[in-house]
Amino acid sequence: MSEPCGEIELQVQRYHPEHDAQPYWQTYHVPYSYDMSVLEGLQYVKDRLDGTLTFRWSCRMAICGTCGCMIDNQPALACHSFLRDFAPGPLRIAPLAHLPIVRDLVIDPSDFLEKMGRVQAYLQPQEARTPADGPYRQRPAAMAAYYDHAQCINCLLCYAACPQYDRDRSFIGPAALALAQRYNLDDRDGGRHARQPLLNSEEGVWGCTLVGSCSQVCPQGVDPARAINRNKLPSALDWLGSKLFRRRG
Amino acid sequence: MRSHTVAAEGGAAGVARADDTLAAHFDDTVRGGDWLSDQDVVEPFVAACTDEMVQLEQWGCPWSRQADGSIHVRFFGGMTAQRSWYAADKTGFHMLHTLFQTSLRFPSIERFDEYFCAELLVDDGEVCGVLAFAIASGEPVVLRAPAVILATGGAGRLFAQNTNAGIVTGEGMAMAYAHGVPLRDMEFVQWHPTALPGSGILITEGCRGEGGILTNRDGERYLENYGLGPAEPWPRPKAMELGPRDRLSQAFWHEDQAGRTVATPQGSAVHLDLRHLGEQRILERLPMITHIARHFVGVDPVTAPIPVRPAVHYTMGGIPTAFSGATELTGLFAAGECASTGIHGANRLGSNSLAEILVFGRNAGETAARWVRDGGDAGAGAGWQRSDHGSSERSARARSTVKLAEPAAERWLGLLRNDEGMRVAELREAMQQIMEHEVGIFRNGAGLQHACNELAELRERYRRGVRLDDRSRAFNTEWLSAIELGYALQLAEAMAASALARQESRGAHMRNDAFTERDDERFLVHTLAYSQGQGPPQIRHAPVTITSSLPQSRVYGAAAEQQTQQAQQVQEAHDQGPSVVAAGGSAAATGDIATGERATGERGETAGSREGAARE
Repeated sequence: MSEPCGEIELQVQRYHPEHDAQPYWQTYHVPYSYDMSVLEGLQYVKDRLDGTLTFRWSCRMAICGTCGCMIDNQPALACHSFLRDFAPGPLRIAPLAHLPIVRDLVIDPSDFLEKMGRVQAYLQPQEARTPADGPYRQRPAAMAAYYDHAQCINCLLCYAACPQYDRDRSFIGPAALALAQRYNLDDRDGGRHARQPLLNSEEGVWGCTLVGSCSQVCPQGVDPARAINRNKLPSALDWLGSKLFRRRG
Repeated sequence: MRSHTVAAEGGAAGVARADDTLAAHFDDTVRGGDWLSDQDVVEPFVAACTDEMVQLEQWGCPWSRQADGSIHVRFFGGMTAQRSWYAADKTGFHMLHTLFQTSLRFPSIERFDEYFCAELLVDDGEVCGVLAFAIASGEPVVLRAPAVILATGGAGRLFAQNTNAGIVTGEGMAMAYAHGVPLRDMEFVQWHPTALPGSGILITEGCRGEGGILTNRDGERYLENYGLGPAEPWPRPKAMELGPRDRLSQAFWHEDQAGRTVATPQGSAVHLDLRHLGEQRILERLPMITHIARHFVGVDPVTAPIPVRPAVHYTMGGIPTAFSGATELTGLFAAGECASTGIHGANRLGSNSLAEILVFGRNAGETAARWVRDGGDAGAGAGWQRSDHGSSERSARARSTVKLAEPAAERWLGLLRNDEGMRVAELREAMQQIMEHEVGIFRNGAGLQHACNELAELRERYRRGVRLDDRSRAFNTEWLSAIELGYALQLAEAMAASALARQESRGAHMRNDAFTERDDERFLVHTLAYSQGQGPPQIRHAPVTITSSLPQSRVYGAAAEQQTQQAQQVQEAHDQGPSVVAAGGSAAATGDIATGERATGERGETAGSREGAARE
């Protein structure tokens, strides 16, 4: 740690499934320096003040997507938020909203993981190809069509920000829909028609109410709101097509 | 999807251009490894890399492209040609997520997310499963399996300043070690020359690949003074800032000793200057670095140099494996940084490790699957504690596996009942300080002996107990870090003892006592550390496999260019020896090597024509 700038008060939401009926707030006082992240503040508490405080973390550089939590009521990565911006506090830190709490700041991400599989967020080639056939050619403009949506680090901040997911947990949600669209827009992919029925359902793109807070909180510029709404036109056309040509297959 | 692979920025090596050859990749790797690589493994490795890159591409990996849509490859330190496949500066991220997302296609893949593997279960000399803890509940779980692949990564967290994620604690290596598998070449630890002081957050080598320069407090490109110059023309391969990582980190150490570094609140640093690249190129090619520098240290690389210093980055050593991924323990396989496959030798070249995880990951997976299919074990196919529908032999086997797990589970759960001792963080920091100070970029006998003694003492303290604040079971990360710490202390000891036994300087292992030179007479050998339980490890040595490239002096910059030129002349005189540019990466016949050496003496280049042809 470099030279301390002062002290900050952290108020952290605690919950232990073995003995707490309800979450509660606990206060810690932490010395901080200019370059100290909120994650480093939590680590300071864990290492020196209270080993029971529980949170996930790994890379420390905003790429592994592990340390998302509510920081001052906003979904954010703890490693990528800085104590200097909240000093002297109190700074409230809570688990990501809308997701089941496992313990303290740890949430259960399994709903998202299951949805990622359901939307078929993987490349489905138009025709079988092996390494012997060599790489596809993909011009920079074709790559740009999906590139932003491929930056998702699965941190779930967008789920914590999404009012629709808050209302209806069956909504596929921003990140999984963006990943489906990432592959739909990839000119190497031929899986759009396989993905479309789910994307086109109430759980899919039509659930989105265009609030756009997912894109605001995304730490990687994935812009799920744009991905979802770009999918509404093909979805509408598919719907229209299915009505007109239903009998002809 | 949370593996530390996600943080790899730079690239993955695979010969892709007409002006590059497998032989050149082989040579760069062996030379970069200071001839401690097993050449019989490097050869098939370099031959397998490119197909793996293409496979990932076909699964959707957004490799960076040229205007015509073909793959763009870039330079990396120690590489003669442009051969690093990259996805902007998020290469590892895109590789990992491409693989993870592709895995969703296969419902037959059953993941156990957030299960903490605590111990290998070994019965009668064969692996029969692992003991894990379900992190959410803290419950012990026996995963019965006739084949286990360790892919647990390196051990960078043994050191105070490191670029690694919090999970890079090395216990996978230590689990094998505890069961009698030796750890190989543990003294070889790579310092990445450019990390942020304090946090150790990585500033990719790609910055230098794009033309970034390193300067000291006087604004001087100091690498010129360490056998890596001349500075101009810039950029060019295998010189100056594109020299290998070990040399760059060592040069920093000398500059620091001489007081020519810049003081920062987080310790001394040098400057990584990108300004001359211009805003557009910086933002386009190095978006993540720009972001990191702006947010983490408040420096905009467009207008100011980034302060950087070396930090521990990569563990060259690990669990010895064959090319197939098999270890010497029946049923145990290893891949990635936890393995010592033999390709990296004494110093890994940047972008060889991302290639390694693909090539050896495939090998280990396929070999393990074959092993199980071919009935390597009576319980083949059994895994997770399923009820046993099979033979009585199988259920007897299952019972014995669970029996093996019980004392291990009890031992680890026992940590939760301890009232006394040091805190986990206190003990861990003590270990990291010893490693940082005594097993650092430069080592010496006295310091290493001191480290061995101190680490033995810390292991003793650990045995006496660590004091946990958290005695509960559900998601108890303090307890898990205590388990990791027990393993980490054993690894740290193996590392220090291995370094002490290597009385020479080679690659990333540099000594500043009586052993400042490479000593091929005594130490052209692998180090093997064997666990002796509570005592210090036993160190043995084993031969290195050399097939075609005999050790030469490892030079970079102008000296290397001269070496190449001389070798080229020899080669021309030799009239294109028949097997020198072998397509399969198999290298020159012994006769060619001997010719090269006679003609060019100590600086002889084994197969200069390869390098010459590949140079731009």
